[in-house]
Amino acid sequence: MSLESRRSFIKKAGATGLTFWLGLSYVKGNNAAISTGAKSLTPFIKIDATGITIFNPNPEMGQGSYQAVASMIAEELEVSLAQIKIKNTGGEKEFGAGQWAGGSSTVREGYLTYRKIGAAAKEMLIKAASQKWGVSPESCTANEGKVLHASTNRSLSYEDLAEAASLLEVPKEPKLKDPKDFKMLGKSVNRPDIPLKVTGQAEFGIDADVPGMVYSSVERCPVIGGTLKSFDSTAAMKVPGVLKVVSAERWIGKYNSTGVAVIATTYWAAVQGRKALKIDWDTKGFETFNSTDYEAKLRLLSNEEGLIDKQKGSVDLPADQVVESFYETPMVAHSPLEPMNCTVHVKGKKIEIWTSTQVPVSVTGPGLMGDLPSLMGINPADITLHAGFIGGGFGRRLYFDYIVEAINVAKQMDKPVKVVWSREDTTKQGPFRPMTFSKMKGGLSAENALVSFQHKVISPGFMDSAMPNWDKTKVDSMMTEGISSQEYVFPNMKNTFVLADYHVPMAAWRSVTSSTLAFAHECFIDELAHKAKKDPLDFRIGLQPANSDTLRVLKKLREITNWDKPLPAGKARGMAQWDFFAGLSAQAVEVSLTKNGAVSVDKVFVVIDLGTVLNPDNVKAQVEGAVIMALGAATQPGITLKNGIVEQANFDTSPVTRMNQAPEVIVAIITEGAKIKGVGEPGLPPFAPALGNAIFALTKKRLRKMPFEIEFV
Amino acid sequence: MKTIELSINQKTHRIEVDPEMPLLWAIRDIVGLKGTKFGCGQGLCGACTVQLDGQPIRSCQTPVGSITAKQKITTIEGASTRLEKIIQAAWIEHQVPQCGYCQSGQIMTATALLKSNPKPSETDIENYMSGNICRCGTYSRIKSAIQTAAKNASTKSKS
Ligand code: FES
Ligand code: FES
Repeated sequence: MSLESRRSFIKKAGATGLTFWLGLSYVKGNNAAISTGAKSLTPFIKIDATGITIFNPNPEMGQGSYQAVASMIAEELEVSLAQIKIKNTGGEKEFGAGQWAGGSSTVREGYLTYRKIGAAAKEMLIKAASQKWGVSPESCTANEGKVLHASTNRSLSYEDLAEAASLLEVPKEPKLKDPKDFKMLGKSVNRPDIPLKVTGQAEFGIDADVPGMVYSSVERCPVIGGTLKSFDSTAAMKVPGVLKVVSAERWIGKYNSTGVAVIATTYWAAVQGRKALKIDWDTKGFETFNSTDYEAKLRLLSNEEGLIDKQKGSVDLPADQVVESFYETPMVAHSPLEPMNCTVHVKGKKIEIWTSTQVPVSVTGPGLMGDLPSLMGINPADITLHAGFIGGGFGRRLYFDYIVEAINVAKQMDKPVKVVWSREDTTKQGPFRPMTFSKMKGGLSAENALVSFQHKVISPGFMDSAMPNWDKTKVDSMMTEGISSQEYVFPNMKNTFVLADYHVPMAAWRSVTSSTLAFAHECFIDELAHKAKKDPLDFRIGLQPANSDTLRVLKKLREITNWDKPLPAGKARGMAQWDFFAGLSAQAVEVSLTKNGAVSVDKVFVVIDLGTVLNPDNVKAQVEGAVIMALGAATQPGITLKNGIVEQANFDTSPVTRMNQAPEVIVAIITEGAKIKGVGEPGLPPFAPALGNAIFALTKKRLRKMPFEIEFV
Repeated sequence: MKTIELSINQKTHRIEVDPEMPLLWAIRDIVGLKGTKFGCGQGLCGACTVQLDGQPIRSCQTPVGSITAKQKITTIEGASTRLEKIIQAAWIEHQVPQCGYCQSGQIMTATALLKSNPKPSETDIENYMSGNICRCGTYSRIKSAIQTAAKNASTKSKS
């Protein structure tokens, strides 16, 4: 927003009360993996007669953005969290392109920006007060939502100053607080969303309650890649409560498929109606697809040269000792506990949406995960989005396929419609985290020095799944994520990528492809360490340049695990690290064997490198959660297809970690580094390789396939 | 369709429903209390847990027609006993929820646990709570919060 339009905006807002909107322009840097675009002028603070509201553009899905954004602004604004209301934004234009959550980006990308927004507002409020009193701004201070003039003992509340402040120029470079003066940043302050979540008051997308609302359950082609041929709704229409049966298209990436939606007065009636449908599907040949065949194809493709991701020196020189290994990982489902859902009311051209989404910006216009309005031919100005708390995202809700489908259903109904996916729908219809296979090769000298390293990734592609005309001669860098950016110094290295065609929609899953590639990469480093007869931690340290961030993390891991002190008999440990776009973490896992020969995961040590920390207790919580999610993915069945159909359905066949399986997690946070790094994802990638390496240390059995084919307790 | 009387959080609701409809949907969509959550619909996750005469039940597996007007249903919105307040306070003290979606069910289950077993061991807690999934992985905090609540409930009752 230009200053001009901001002024007229303030005027308009002012007409409806004493409203003060603050805008500040800043540009958001590009994030290598999934973020593009710029945040523009955005009004994040509203002060009016009802108090102070801070707007949160980064949807809250458990990671703590609801507190993080508000506290970065409030810290500089000099208000306490108890003094403010926090409101989630819904992709409104004035809040800009940053309205999304993913890539652990809220703090690492917004730290200075959000603080500047608070600091600028504070300066404007101080200036307004100083002008009223005829004193210098320097003689005034701000505290707890008030401007004070100590020498004359005067004070004015922000509410009283809002109107005058709103007419002042926004300072371009407001002065930020010295971190040593922080009142809440850096401290384990209680999260403001938690009281709402222990009393059932937090409103998730699925809790939308729109007057006159009806419900829908959609039958989608069980064969992935198939679509609707024809349907007979006679029996379904006879089910009491069923109002209408319609077909509706769902688009995800380059794929689309039409399903049959039963609309009824209650969700239960819609489900009964759905069971009575007779549908003829066009399965397009995908009905013969089996994931075991596809895996065989990936193994075969590993013989191809592949596209070069990164190369250094020559890996073709003969080495005295050669180690070769092949690693495999499965597809997995995101399984957020809140099933997919979306409520839509179409009134003529106007479309009102209630849902849980990680990408409000893309639902109302162009954003980093696409542009729903232009895709559907809707004028962005006609869309209103109410974005609720998210009952788990993990990447699944970066994709708006379920919103597109719900709009297509609601367009055919003159009432608001809530489309609810069953758990089975949520598991079976994808998108899924892709599997990656890795062909590894390393060379050691006769003196056990590492001379060459190769990692070839064979997998379907995110970009190929997202775009119909993706150039397949290019490396899909989302699929080689992290393998070429570790801080290890290899004298010679070559990382390559082989793309495999696939018809199953793919999605980023918490920590994206690092969640599988770190497993191959870091287990193989362990294999090389053993071949070189070196301690795995010493071996890694020996490959680090002086003063690397990774070195700092590895040294801390040595300290907190007491690495050099041998464990009691019957126990063993393994370790791994991972450095990728979201951040950096190293972990050590302690394991033991039960009497029956099952592996027990006893303890997990985690070092996370952050640069700065907003809420240490929340960082700990995020790491604990990431470890538990990684444990599930490493040890429990993934997603497989037979005759074109996903074989898993509910939490019995697609299990997640339960309380009795959760290990103790010990977290150390490092804040010495200059770079601000993410929190939500980095705790995930090192876990599976650290566990695999620990099991090797304990049993001499090298696990190269996830889920691990070994019994756990 | 049948007229059914439900006593929820000490209030009587007379609703017209298919008696086969799971209690979960009656509570959420007809009575309008959204704190009880839908997670799996198959009794596998515990998100829909409510108390029926003090016992934890999976409301997604309980046909609404099987409940009589005399039976008392408590949902998270009605969690107001001394024990329930102690549990909610412990949940805040340990900053348990992340996304929060599972937590109504966790708290309703934990309440039932502490009612039947005021001093649960760690294994007791694991055994009792393992039917409740938390995809965000808040398990260690749930355990600590239950231990804190158990302690507070017993010391405060003595005083
Ligand atoms: S929804 Fe009832 S147990 Fe999962
Ligand atoms: S807090 Fe998210 S599922 Fe438990």
